[in-house]
Amino acid sequence: MMSKLKYLFLGFIFGVILIKAEVVSWFRIQEMFRFQAFHMYGIIGSAIVVGAISILLIKKFKVKTIYGKEIIIVPKEFTKGNIIGGLIFGLGWAMTGACPGPLYALIGSGLLVITFVLFFAVLGTWAYGRLKDKLPH
Amino acid sequence: MNILTQPWPWYVSGPLIGLMVPVLLILGNKPFGISSSLKHICSACIPGKIEYFNYNWKAESWNLLFAFGIVLGGFVAGYCFSNPNPIQISENTIADLNAMGIKDHSGFVPSEIFNFQSLLSLKGFILMIIGGFFVGFGTRYADGCTSGHSIMGLSNLQWPSLVSTICFFIGGLIMTWFILPWIMRL
Repeated sequence: MMSKLKYLFLGFIFGVILIKAEVVSWFRIQEMFRFQAFHMYGIIGSAIVVGAISILLIKKFKVKTIYGKEIIIVPKEFTKGNIIGGLIFGLGWAMTGACPGPLYALIGSGLLVITFVLFFAVLGTWAYGRLKDKLPH
Repeated sequence: MNILTQPWPWYVSGPLIGLMVPVLLILGNKPFGISSSLKHICSACIPGKIEYFNYNWKAESWNLLFAFGIVLGGFVAGYCFSNPNPIQISENTIADLNAMGIKDHSGFVPSEIFNFQSLLSLKGFILMIIGGFFVGFGTRYADGCTSGHSIMGLSNLQWPSLVSTICFFIGGLIMTWFILPWIMRL
């Protein structure tokens, strides 16, 4: 359990970043989809650059985990869900102005009404699990 | 005090978000991603007889701790040390939103729509309830969200993540430009 507490701490750090970056703002998301500011593109773009360089270095120098284990990244498999699910999430992203991370941060910031958005996001996930076999993949 | 309450520019916050990727990998071989937590909540609370939710969610509890950490981080940064000034969004965005009837842009969300009373209004119901449902359904169907695909997946040069990211964007553009103006007229 103690070893898992580090994830609580990392989540805390991530929550602080999401708020200070203003990524949690519905207005920032609107600004992005209207191409009226560079802010969100700068954040997502620089995050990908730093993430990609990090993974490249991890692979090149065969960096191990702090427990001495080999780092394994499971590849993403393509399904039609990447397209259909992606489009559905995109609609929801522009409606709620939030992806899952910001939903948690917004609730923490005191916007308790967002618990309803999160609750229905959980229900949406449940509905996917229920309908999975009937959906094209 | 000022440094705690003022927002951070993109070139500070973006690289810090990117660093979550190697830190999670090095601390425990964990892939950066948030939307899986919604699946684990289903598995823990309402698994039913659905095969998709019948797995040992406790083995993935790190992801739930991470999500709960985000709530705590949101509390400290967004409540205790909240920025007293409205977010400096573009004048063009303000003008566009004003034209749609969204006039209060002082908070993180438009207070006219995102409040408890308007959960029962048509606009509030569509944007919060249906929007939330789309976020949960879409991320699981796509097998990832902005973190899992757009940041983790693209950092690892995964082409399915590129397809998903492009589709996230197309969905967002369709909503912003074609559907949202219509919802706001309801």
